[in-house]
Amino acid sequence: MQQGIIKPDMPAIRLENVRMVRSGTLVLDDFSLEIPAGKVTAVMGPSGSGKTTVLKLITGQLQPDRGRVFIGDIDICALSKPELNRVRRHVGVLLQNGALLTDMTCFDNVALPLREHTSLPESLIRKLVLLKLQAVGLRGAAEFYPAQLSGGMNRRIATARALALDPDLMLYDEPFAGLDPISLAAGARLIKQINRVVGITSLVITHDVAEVSKFADYACIMANGKLAASGLPKDLAADGNEVIHQFLEGLPDGPVPFHYPANDLTEDFLGKECSQ
Amino acid sequence: MIEALHPNRIGSAVRSLGRAVLFLLVALKRMRCSVFHVGETMRQVYYIGVRSLVIIMTAGFFVGLVLTLQTYDTLNRFGAGDSVSIVLSLALFKELGPVLTAILFAGRAGTSVAAEIGLMKATEQLDALDLMAIDPMERIVQPRLLAGLIAVPLLTMIFNAMALLGGVVYAVLLMGVDSNVFWGNMQNAVGLWDDFGSGVVKAAVFGLVASWMAVFYGWTCKPTGEGVALATTQTVIATAISVLLLDFVLSALML
Repeated sequence: MQQGIIKPDMPAIRLENVRMVRSGTLVLDDFSLEIPAGKVTAVMGPSGSGKTTVLKLITGQLQPDRGRVFIGDIDICALSKPELNRVRRHVGVLLQNGALLTDMTCFDNVALPLREHTSLPESLIRKLVLLKLQAVGLRGAAEFYPAQLSGGMNRRIATARALALDPDLMLYDEPFAGLDPISLAAGARLIKQINRVVGITSLVITHDVAEVSKFADYACIMANGKLAASGLPKDLAADGNEVIHQFLEGLPDGPVPFHYPANDLTEDFLGKECSQ
Repeated sequence: MIEALHPNRIGSAVRSLGRAVLFLLVALKRMRCSVFHVGETMRQVYYIGVRSLVIIMTAGFFVGLVLTLQTYDTLNRFGAGDSVSIVLSLALFKELGPVLTAILFAGRAGTSVAAEIGLMKATEQLDALDLMAIDPMERIVQPRLLAGLIAVPLLTMIFNAMALLGGVVYAVLLMGVDSNVFWGNMQNAVGLWDDFGSGVVKAAVFGLVASWMAVFYGWTCKPTGEGVALATTQTVIATAISVLLLDFVLSALML
């Protein structure tokens, strides 16, 4: 593993007793999580279970109301903005829709972090960018604008951009959402390959149960603001936890309810007097 | 009217103004000069300045035409039709040129800047820059802010030139005012710094205000379709009111 902010003998990411309230809703309650270094870890859970909040806490976009967040041995919550920016240069993030700058070509998007944070000559930047694009299979699309490519291709370009500075840690936010089966399989293989070839730590936020076992070394399931289970992907299915069973089986109702909390059905349709 | 003066509405307007001023101060404080920033600012001058030329030139020509029409008609009743160029040039250089250009600029370029930044926010492009340790304020806001400051004085001069052309078409070509009298009167009446210069200063201030409002409302909008639409509307309203208010203040200071 390359030298950087993550040490091989300690967890790459650690959340300790985090409590997080957003817009009056309790999203994370006394939440703790450890992500091992050098592995691909999938964080799964139903929509609204707080997965993206966890990612935003790790990147320092959000501050927890209580608790601490570590990348390696760095307390993210205690950093000033310039210090946080120094850490961010070691962290690649793939956002849900890629978030490429639409007024730039794919080449310029991937070159952006290199031009901004290094003083490499343009000829070397060109070679590095083409290498990253080759790694995601889109060297031929270097001169296209993001609008000319499909959603899946945009995410691959964004992956190349996130890898531009050779990060120690890659964070993927819902990398498979809305992808066709071919793009989905290509994305999963790419995550696994990047992790194996570059030797970095990867955290994948997803709710795609079927794909997880293909690329993840380790998986966690979140539900109702808490960590419901964690372990090897194949072992999670054997867990007796009802939430895990509902999630893995894709059952519409269970511990995670189908219906949003509402008034009594009879009372809503027939009025208070009839319901009594 | 009564509703607009409700203490809550006034409080909200004051808070909004405070936020806008803080936003501007932060943007100016983080101002950086590099080859990239100069290049990006010039690119923005092209996008928001050069692409506003058609509307500015067309509007300028017709404003000059109608202003000359009304002024010549009135002055001619007192036998002073030949002095039309004095009224036309002073009105244009000192007031109409900078004010109308800034308001047209807000409608053409300000709205597109607000919508562009709002959409960048909605599609997480600003977040992506932040996560790459690239300051979006430096990268996105500052070049657009400076571009307004540079573009509006230049557009104002082009607006004035086109309005004068409109004046020449009506007064000289249609009404038969002597061309030498038209230009000679203007030359004698207009001071380079007192009249022309004050107009350029006003245009620079209005340009900064127009681009400030655009980047502020784009930056602070809700990241939804409705939020972006509201930001573009607020940009035009806030720019128009600020420009008219500042025009009075600057005119009073420059007297």
